[in-house]
Amino acid sequence: MKFSKTIALCAAFAVVATGPAALGAAKGKGKTKTTKAAVSNGPALAGGKIACTNQYAGKKVTIFSPNDSKEDIAAFTFAWAPYEKCTGIKLNWEATKTFEADVKLRLAGGNAPGVIDFPQPGLMATTAKTGKLIELPADIKADLSKNFLPGWLGYGTAADGKVYGAAYQQNFKSFVWYSPKAFAAKGYAIPKSLAELTALSDKIVADGGTPWCAGIESGAATGWVLTDWIEDMMLRTTTPAVYDDWVNHRIPFNDPRVKVAVDAVGAILKNEKYVGNVKAIATTKFQDGGLPILDNKCYMHRQANFYKSFWPAGTTFGETGNVNFFYLPMAKATDPKVMLGGGDLAAATNNKPETIDTIRYLASVDFANTDAKNASKFSPRTDYDTTLLPDKLDQAFANAGKTADIFRFDASDQMPGAVGSGSFWHEATAWIVGGSTDDMLNNIEKSWPKN
Amino acid sequence: MTSTTITGHEPLGRKLVTVLGTRAGRTFVWLLAILWTVPTFGLLITSIRPEHEIKTSGWWTWFKHPQSTFDNYFSVLGKRSGIELGKYFLNSVRIAVPATLFSVLIAALASYAFSWMTFKGRDWLYVGVIALLVVPLQMGIIPLLRLFNVGVHLGSVTLIPAVHVPALVQVWIAHACFGMPFCLFILKNFVSSLPSELIEAAKVDGAGHMTIFRRVVLPLSLASIASLGIFQFLFIWNDFFVGKIFAGGGGKAPITAKLVEVSGNRGQAWHLLTAAAFISAAVPLAVFFSLQRYFVKGLLAGSVKG
Amino acid sequence: MGDVFGAIATIVLGLGVFVGGLLLIYAGTTVVPKRFRERSQIAVFLGPALILIVIGLVVPALRTIWLSLLSDRDGSPFGGLTNYKFMFTDHNERIAILNSMLWVLLGGTVSTALGLTIARFADGAKGEAVAKSLVFIPGALSLAGAGIIWKFVYDGPPFNYGLLNAVTKAIPGWPKGFGGDGQRIWLLEHPAQMNTFLLIVILIWVQTGFATVVLSAAIKGVPESLEEAATVDGATKRQVFYRITLPYIRPALLTVMTTGTIASLKAFDIVQATTGGNFNTSTIANEMYSKFFLEGRDGLASALAVMLFILVIPVVVLNQRGQKRAQQMVGA
Repeated sequence: MKFSKTIALCAAFAVVATGPAALGAAKGKGKTKTTKAAVSNGPALAGGKIACTNQYAGKKVTIFSPNDSKEDIAAFTFAWAPYEKCTGIKLNWEATKTFEADVKLRLAGGNAPGVIDFPQPGLMATTAKTGKLIELPADIKADLSKNFLPGWLGYGTAADGKVYGAAYQQNFKSFVWYSPKAFAAKGYAIPKSLAELTALSDKIVADGGTPWCAGIESGAATGWVLTDWIEDMMLRTTTPAVYDDWVNHRIPFNDPRVKVAVDAVGAILKNEKYVGNVKAIATTKFQDGGLPILDNKCYMHRQANFYKSFWPAGTTFGETGNVNFFYLPMAKATDPKVMLGGGDLAAATNNKPETIDTIRYLASVDFANTDAKNASKFSPRTDYDTTLLPDKLDQAFANAGKTADIFRFDASDQMPGAVGSGSFWHEATAWIVGGSTDDMLNNIEKSWPKN
Repeated sequence: MTSTTITGHEPLGRKLVTVLGTRAGRTFVWLLAILWTVPTFGLLITSIRPEHEIKTSGWWTWFKHPQSTFDNYFSVLGKRSGIELGKYFLNSVRIAVPATLFSVLIAALASYAFSWMTFKGRDWLYVGVIALLVVPLQMGIIPLLRLFNVGVHLGSVTLIPAVHVPALVQVWIAHACFGMPFCLFILKNFVSSLPSELIEAAKVDGAGHMTIFRRVVLPLSLASIASLGIFQFLFIWNDFFVGKIFAGGGGKAPITAKLVEVSGNRGQAWHLLTAAAFISAAVPLAVFFSLQRYFVKGLLAGSVKG
Repeated sequence: MGDVFGAIATIVLGLGVFVGGLLLIYAGTTVVPKRFRERSQIAVFLGPALILIVIGLVVPALRTIWLSLLSDRDGSPFGGLTNYKFMFTDHNERIAILNSMLWVLLGGTVSTALGLTIARFADGAKGEAVAKSLVFIPGALSLAGAGIIWKFVYDGPPFNYGLLNAVTKAIPGWPKGFGGDGQRIWLLEHPAQMNTFLLIVILIWVQTGFATVVLSAAIKGVPESLEEAATVDGATKRQVFYRITLPYIRPALLTVMTTGTIASLKAFDIVQATTGGNFNTSTIANEMYSKFFLEGRDGLASALAVMLFILVIPVVVLNQRGQKRAQQMVGA
């Protein structure tokens, strides 16, 4: 019986001697330190709107984000260092793989992080509808409409017409990765129109090669690669206006124009001559989808700029490297160029000055420049300095973004969750393994929420 | 037990069948054990192969071209990984050990009540608790988080104010909540199968419930408590969802939550998960091997009878 | 080092406060008037568990039932049974329900049967501990680990680093369309739900270790005197097993079976990590997860959770009856 007596003794001791105080001590550990005297820490940030007077000393703001790679975290830490130094604030980057689930739980559970980094305008809009987000002040709105690429103010606006999200990062998706050496060896030229793209694909087939490779497996999110393909084709077989109607369900999902776009994707990805084993696309990890290019097992892979980080260590980029990219051409070479992309929107869950200033900083050109320099990230701002990007390839991406005439945000990211993170992914996956285009479009149309 | 008494002699042929049956059975066991290990062994081999090899050829080709590297392990463990392994390891210990002890202790007390205290509706209450085994913990998180952060309100009336406890205690409570039906399910069956003569004898001696619990039930159930403890510990150690949500991410998350992040934002470095899986399994395996002898002593109903 | 001591101190203090508090309250119950004494002591023993169960499971369960009656599609707050109707009429949800039935039928039974076979034949054999440990290892791996492990078994073209294709290719005469050419995409092809079976295999692989450990302990708990008596009476090993051991370990069998069945019902992480629910492999739990977290359809997700709860009731009732009967038999 020694065992239980010892425990009882310990317990009695603990209760009498330390009891509640012990738990209290554990809790107090994270408390703030003494506030420093207000001094000027240098020139103000965000165009003079954030003064550097150490005003937030001892304050802490959490930014909740899906960007959880160690490189990102390290780079962000760099990029906001000036802001921390200026205001004395402490920023806490909380990143997670299960972002959608965590955000939902934290907001519903009353444990909201101060700033949320939404990669999907759709999710931001749904969250805004629950009343958990704060409308951004007029000066940020003015900045968004004046100094950002057209459209970005809209992506941060919810159904009620109020602006909740300030874009601070973006990516570009209308790219095709290829091997310059393989192209040079066979004498292939970069296609300038969809017709040329098809001609090139046929030529590769005639030469005994496999023109395309793809992979769409992404765990619970399997299928998103196909939605990107379809969106890119929507922008090439119809107009941006029709695309916007489609995104906002002003035309049904099974509209004939959508079918044309889907079938255009099918002409490539569901063509055995072009891709080899069509079904294998569904179970190939999207991260690995383009790797066969390195072994000349295929020639082209349509994927966003961020595919750069999926190439194995040692891969060289650019016209003289192992891989390079070209812009997925429009239907005609003379058509205005449309760039499909995505981005991150910072939204606030409370009205505290330090929270709003954090968003003000993230959206500012000061952040855009440090972010470009330290993290090779692109800003949706028009006035940031792309030459600060340390990598030639990244500068080329930024240039492609700048020279595009029109930008459109990823459609599925703007649609309601039931479609954009649900039926669109699943039905596209069922489609690639043999389902018909009509079934896919009708099923998705059926799943669109009715309010 | 008269029904189990066996009379008569077996013919030689049937004995042979039995011997062969046993031999076949043992062969089967070994085949199964090896089969069970092959996938894990494959992962072990994979974890020491270079990235490009992992992603382009089968792990068994390693035997033909044994290219080995510990890069995956270094990437996960090393300074460059950005994972302060020691810190998160301690977090996990701080979460898993007390959460396990709490769950098992509370379940032991309740098992005693369900077995040796009489009250109305006892059996139905127990069945109800067991049925809750199936409640998906994903559904339990929001109400529990609200209890901690905003309390319980009915309209504008505050029924329960926010229960402000340290994040760590929140994790303990969450794990104890979600694991309670399982703990009760395993323990109650054992505790109720203890010989009633022992309990009655103690009662006759004038022992109260707490005394009986401490001096009779606990010592006799130690082996099964230990085995339950191991399983509960495994669940908690391998969880990252509950730990991350209630510990509030940041620096307090368990090591499992950190290890799934080694693959990067978009999973580009998924090959690193091979090494990470082994690192996170090391502790549960060590616990299992060191406490394995408790299993032999008997885990469930029947061990003290007869 | 200070961190380590800090951790130990937190653990000891947390436990100490709890146990101490409990003992103090119990001490209080010994001085209350006699007619309340038994009741207050029941409260002390049962209270902590019940409080945890109420806040962590009962309240969420009730809330889930309530949510399942709310509409998440047409904006009207109360949807009645529309979510349930959808669940039974939508093509994908129906597939998920059927798949879950398959998981339940196979997951619990096969892992229990395998665990019993191992426990029985390994008992007393050379290297028993090694064999049992090998079977147990999968249970110690996290599900993230299990997902990646089986990726290296089931993977198909183009990279084809899965073991299964290599094995079926190496076996002479193996049907070509069934992996004989080493080109089968195992998790995709679903004639006769083959891919769902392959996912259930993963669950069985994880769950068998638990079954083995529990059943092996139960077998060792069978009094030797009983077995010896039977052997003296001329019973073969096989007879001893079926007539003595098996009835004796019935409660343990029921426990293992019930645990396995419930694990099968709740299975979503395996599905998420392998197919994401595509190719007709979704389960109720997987649908619940993605509807709730990804699609924001709380009503439908809740209805699916209620469905899980309804499905488990017969399992629990059967288990409870069996346990009672077993106890009466052994206790007689």
